[in-house]
Amino acid sequence: MFAYIVRRLLYAIPILIGVNLLTFTLFFVVNSPDDMAASQLGDKYVTPEAIANWKQKNGYDKPLFLNSQAAGVGQVTDTIFFDKSVRLFAFDFGRSESGRDITTDVATRMWPSLAVALPTFLVGIGVNICVALMVVMFRGTRLDRGAVFVFVALMSISYLFYIIGGQFLVAKTWRLVPISGFHTEGQVWKFLVLPVLVGVVAGIGAGARWYRTLFLEEANQDYVRTARAKGCSELSILFRHILPNALIPILTGVVVLIPSLFMGSLLIESFFGIPGLGSYMLDAINSQDFAIVRSMVFIGSILYIVGLLLTDISYTWADPRVRLS
Amino acid sequence: MKPVLLWSDALIFLLVISLALFFWRLRHDPQTRERWAEVFSSRLGMVAFTIIAAYILVALLDSLHFRRALENPESLATQEVFYDNKVSSVFDVLTGGMGDRFERTYSAPFALLSFEKENIKDASGRDIRDFPPLRHAGQHLAHPDERTADILVKSVSALLWGLLLCALVITPQWLLLRGSALPWAASWLTQGVILCAGAWTVSISHHYHILGTDQGGADVLYQSLKGIRTGVLLGTLATLVMLPIAVTLGVMAGYFKGWVDDVVQYLYTTLSSIPGILLIAASVLLFQVYIDLNPDFFAVGMEKADAKFIALCFILGVTSWSTLCRLIRAETLKISQLGYVQAAHAFGVSHSRILGRHVLPNVVHIILITFVLDFSALVLAEAVLSYIGVGVDPSMGSWGNMINGARSELSREPTIWWTLTGAFFFMFILVLAANLFSDLVRDAFDPRTSLRRAEA
Repeated sequence: MFAYIVRRLLYAIPILIGVNLLTFTLFFVVNSPDDMAASQLGDKYVTPEAIANWKQKNGYDKPLFLNSQAAGVGQVTDTIFFDKSVRLFAFDFGRSESGRDITTDVATRMWPSLAVALPTFLVGIGVNICVALMVVMFRGTRLDRGAVFVFVALMSISYLFYIIGGQFLVAKTWRLVPISGFHTEGQVWKFLVLPVLVGVVAGIGAGARWYRTLFLEEANQDYVRTARAKGCSELSILFRHILPNALIPILTGVVVLIPSLFMGSLLIESFFGIPGLGSYMLDAINSQDFAIVRSMVFIGSILYIVGLLLTDISYTWADPRVRLS
Repeated sequence: MKPVLLWSDALIFLLVISLALFFWRLRHDPQTRERWAEVFSSRLGMVAFTIIAAYILVALLDSLHFRRALENPESLATQEVFYDNKVSSVFDVLTGGMGDRFERTYSAPFALLSFEKENIKDASGRDIRDFPPLRHAGQHLAHPDERTADILVKSVSALLWGLLLCALVITPQWLLLRGSALPWAASWLTQGVILCAGAWTVSISHHYHILGTDQGGADVLYQSLKGIRTGVLLGTLATLVMLPIAVTLGVMAGYFKGWVDDVVQYLYTTLSSIPGILLIAASVLLFQVYIDLNPDFFAVGMEKADAKFIALCFILGVTSWSTLCRLIRAETLKISQLGYVQAAHAFGVSHSRILGRHVLPNVVHIILITFVLDFSALVLAEAVLSYIGVGVDPSMGSWGNMINGARSELSREPTIWWTLTGAFFFMFILVLAANLFSDLVRDAFDPRTSLRRAEA
């Protein structure tokens, strides 16, 4: 198992290099280091010396991918791409174009993101599984068909509608919680209730429908018929037989998401004014801050790869027959 | 009049024609016929399909663009014809110029007065501050109180016209298809409702703003209808870009295995490990910069918006092929182990022929299911992307742009709800119909579900 994990982590390196290469190419196709310097220095008419100065200071005074003047390995290593990538692998994200330290920013902004994303994730799974189990109890009846239609209808509503509708109804009309904002002291929960609620409700349609399919697939298996023939009650069939056996497909879809919870949700955070990583990314996109976008892409990729690894490990826990090798 | 062919117009017509040809070629294939008969044997499938077809029809009509010839004033001595800078479509003509009736700013649905007070002159010429009357609503009314009665009378006459239209459209279908085993009645009923609603909308909108107007004074209903083209085109064109990449790479990886498989797997793992929205945002920003650097490529503003739109479809397609590719690779791996492929190998059939005749036809169901499933997801994604600011051009009507422009209006007092309602309603109906239809298509074409039903 240990060897397996190490091997998987080694596989991650070429993927991360590829990710970096892609973001770099995308960015520098249209944006030369000179353009970056000019836009960061802010002036329409900047002197060439100022640009050269800025490039020197921020480490953009080398060729992009290939340094034909250097000798040997230096052709590849003495470039902007290599410098910036190596730093990323050491988790040194450097400074954003506005001069803030990205590593500190990420470390502080991670927690508000997690405060919203984790409850949404856990409550969401609980609610979806309960709803799905309830529907599966009534499988083949009109109630089941009606519920599936409702799920599809819920899925068809835009995420933006849930957010705007939730803010309008709960915060503006009923005045139960603030419309948006975030506090680290005092009644934090007041600011968290609405985003979590919106996130959970928005996910019910797709989530419950997916769990229902998984449970139904299990409900048609032979062991369920056997259990029923032995005289098990429907409830014990649902919870003791179907649920544990549906764990593997559930884990496949769910575990991979856990590390990404740190990244937060772009839409929820920007609508509710939560100072997490999601709104950080959105701001970076809008101000075209390449250093932040690159760091976030890198972090996102790492978290995804960790998620895949966790999924594999969780299989061994859910199904003793699975051996990682 | 001078026809204008935008790139997206050409692509959507090309797509529709090739789809029609594809189904025409397959019309005698018994298996395909059976599957489709299964989809359409449910009334829900009929209704959903009719709604989708209506949306597509609107999108196609809205894709026939032209520029009107301007009438030269008498004083101008030249015979040269000048054209309007504004690009219109056949759909604009059919709706009777709904989009040309601008107000000054917000107005509520069916309102006669503007939403905000302005300085106006009263009957005796004094300056007062009051709600000014709208320019294009209820001009024919002698007194504001007649409004309700007027709307009722106009509705009845519009519905009568609608029924006549229904008779014209549905009777030929009835004569042709009455012996069919499929539930066509459900489709006719839907067509009837859509036709009546259409007739009502066009006739009432001459006298009122049915869904009010937005901040710039544009008719909200017209904008929501214009959003249909954007939504439908984005949903289909992005998938069209994705399909060839995903199918080619997936089939090659699954069939040739070895280093080809390694490369393809590396490519899609790398791509899918990047947070999707960041990748899309970065690519769109990149294209934006490119357009800003080369402004003289496009003759009218609409062409620039169109180029951005095509780029968006392209970007969405290129960034989303990994899921389909993975599915097709797995299926191809399975198929290439089967006896008939091995036999073809033994007979010395070439790789390209095996792929074309034995492998590709057997992954078509996956492609079809993905195509229908992705459609609704893309329509929803458009709204989100436009909100973030990396969606379609603001000059191009789209539901996402409407929502983005209106989201702060709910906090006003009294609430301005109609812009959001219009956008969400038209988006919801399309996505719901597409989702329901995709469920039926998957049930009919996915061998796993058909197998399960055979056992039951």
